[in-house]
Amino acid sequence: MRKILLEGLLRRPLTEPPPAAADAETAELSLRLKQGIDRVFGGSLAIRLVDAGSCNGCELEIHALNNPFYDLERFGLKFVASPRHADVLLVTGPVTRNMREALERTHAATPSPKWVVAAGACALDGGLYAGGHACVGGVSEVIPVDLHIPGCPPTPTMLLRGLLALMAACDGRR
Amino acid sequence: MTNATPILGAFPAAPDHMPWPRRVVDEAIWRVLSARLSAGELSLLGLWGDAGMVHMAVLGGDPVAVTVASLACPDGHFPSVGREHPPAIRFERAIRDLFGLEASDALDRRPWLDHGVWSARTPLGRPGAPEAPTPYAFLTSVGEGLHQIPVGPVHAGIIEPGHFRFTAAGETVVRLEERLGYTHKGVEALMAGAPIDRAAMLAARCSGDSTVASSIAFARAVEAALRVAPPPRAVWLRALAAELERVANHLGDIGAICNDAAFAVMLAHCSVLRERVLRAAANCFGHRLMMDAVAPGGMSVDLAADGPKLLHELVATIRRTLPPLVELYDDTASLQDRTVGTGILKPELARQFACGGFVGRASGRSFDARRDLVYPPYDRLRFEVPVRREGDVDARVRVRIAEVEESLTMIVQILAEMPSGAVLADLPGADAPGGEGIAVVEGFRGDILAWVRLAPGGIVDRAHLRDPSWLQWPLLEAAIEGNIVADFPLCNKSFNCSYSGHDL
Ligand code: SF4
Repeated sequence: MRKILLEGLLRRPLTEPPPAAADAETAELSLRLKQGIDRVFGGSLAIRLVDAGSCNGCELEIHALNNPFYDLERFGLKFVASPRHADVLLVTGPVTRNMREALERTHAATPSPKWVVAAGACALDGGLYAGGHACVGGVSEVIPVDLHIPGCPPTPTMLLRGLLALMAACDGRR
Repeated sequence: MTNATPILGAFPAAPDHMPWPRRVVDEAIWRVLSARLSAGELSLLGLWGDAGMVHMAVLGGDPVAVTVASLACPDGHFPSVGREHPPAIRFERAIRDLFGLEASDALDRRPWLDHGVWSARTPLGRPGAPEAPTPYAFLTSVGEGLHQIPVGPVHAGIIEPGHFRFTAAGETVVRLEERLGYTHKGVEALMAGAPIDRAAMLAARCSGDSTVASSIAFARAVEAALRVAPPPRAVWLRALAAELERVANHLGDIGAICNDAAFAVMLAHCSVLRERVLRAAANCFGHRLMMDAVAPGGMSVDLAADGPKLLHELVATIRRTLPPLVELYDDTASLQDRTVGTGILKPELARQFACGGFVGRASGRSFDARRDLVYPPYDRLRFEVPVRREGDVDARVRVRIAEVEESLTMIVQILAEMPSGAVLADLPGADAPGGEGIAVVEGFRGDILAWVRLAPGGIVDRAHLRDPSWLQWPLLEAAIEGNIVADFPLCNKSFNCSYSGHDL
């Protein structure tokens, strides 16, 4: 134990510099997001993940954001356990009909002001699963979406870029 | 274990079903099979519906072999297997939800995947108009001082949705009842009528953490149906990708399990190793999870030119870093205190449910499709299948640690022995004949069953993918009994069943 901790202290951190914001994602931020929310959150955002029927690929990469390479919390972004603590809902999946009500209720339980980020190809329009008996097809069919992060699944870098763009728009800094 | 073939030999085999036979049986033999399953002479690999018919795949014999039995249900009923053999119960409930075929004397008639909100009822059978949803009747527990704790479908962590209903006496769990189906995406309905390549993409997205293994299972079933052999190099590359996937998942979960026992330093180190595997995978196959790298006919990508070098470095890094972490796990009494003796799955139950993967192997069930239903290139690879009998969280962790080491050995062997050449064989196009194929492939979680029936012209008529979780989820309910509620995350993570792969 001591050896591992000591090595951890002496080694250069693994954490990598944040990715540069990509214009495309930033441009996807809606106007609603940019208006009148300066510094509401004091540079810190609490995120609640809602898996609305994903294949779990998106969750794996969202998980990776917490590993030492990406270390999400250094940006003031933190995953929280309850929607009641959240500023942002990060939603994945094609919104299965079986999850629709849970998504609506989670959204309703999140205090305003709140933002919704849809992550992954499925969350945009249902992706490959669109059109069956079981999926609504796209998060925006159910709750208003402020930002979409593309990818199947989005890589941690893409997720980070999207979330940083959201932060920038939220607190008017950066 | 006896072989099913003597019982079924008298029945005609479907002509185009490869590589194992499928026989159309009558009700009497269907009941005999149920009795053999219940007596432990055969293991249930899968039970699934079709248009006016049910299929059952069983495993038996020495050496083990797979047999598929099919029963026509002209009046929409079939004799319940679950009545005799409980592992079949959830399959039967799903068959009724999807196909409208009823297990006539079933013990549990509640819906399973259908929560009453789909756009159609029995979407794969004769679709009916939706009905108003009825409240789900959870099983009751009666006793003094019992209380219920409902959890989910939206959970506290970054995990998939599902509902758990705990009944507890004080801190002790008296009963856990799972309610799943929240991530049902209608994958099998979407596959029916789809061209092979689109269906393959859906197969790759059954469960994101098993995308490689599910893709291999689907591809092998399609190749069997079409009598196409993938090029030798592709087969080796598939194994390379599958072992990388196994290593990545095991590493991530070993860390996560320790984290659920409040030992975060393991998570930090293991997540670094997992990230290194995913980065190597991205460099080797162009995608961190290697999604869509496997295609029917072979591989859609060849290994990158610097792949072997990167993978040798990766193996060296893990071999250097993991042993001190295992030592740390061994030496931390407070951690062992949480994992040893917690969430015990009894060997009898693992056997009864034919529970695959590390969950089964940590409870004494020595089965691994790579060895027991061997498919190339595993016939050419040297590896051990670690088995323990304790059945607790600790045993599952230790089996996974041992499996990481085995996979690393296999990766080195594959890099040394892999042939060169093409990686993708052409599939017959518009003039492709129809056919049926089945495959069993060992994913990190356990054996995945894939079955397809192709219509002529490269169209999927019907496909079924049975995730290992189907036979593991029910056992989590048993394993948590008598443990404290606070140990549920630990037990759950040590099983790590898939919601999406199960709900499909
Ligand atoms: S976007 Fe891709 S990885 Fe994410 S849930 Fe959909 S299929 Fe899975």
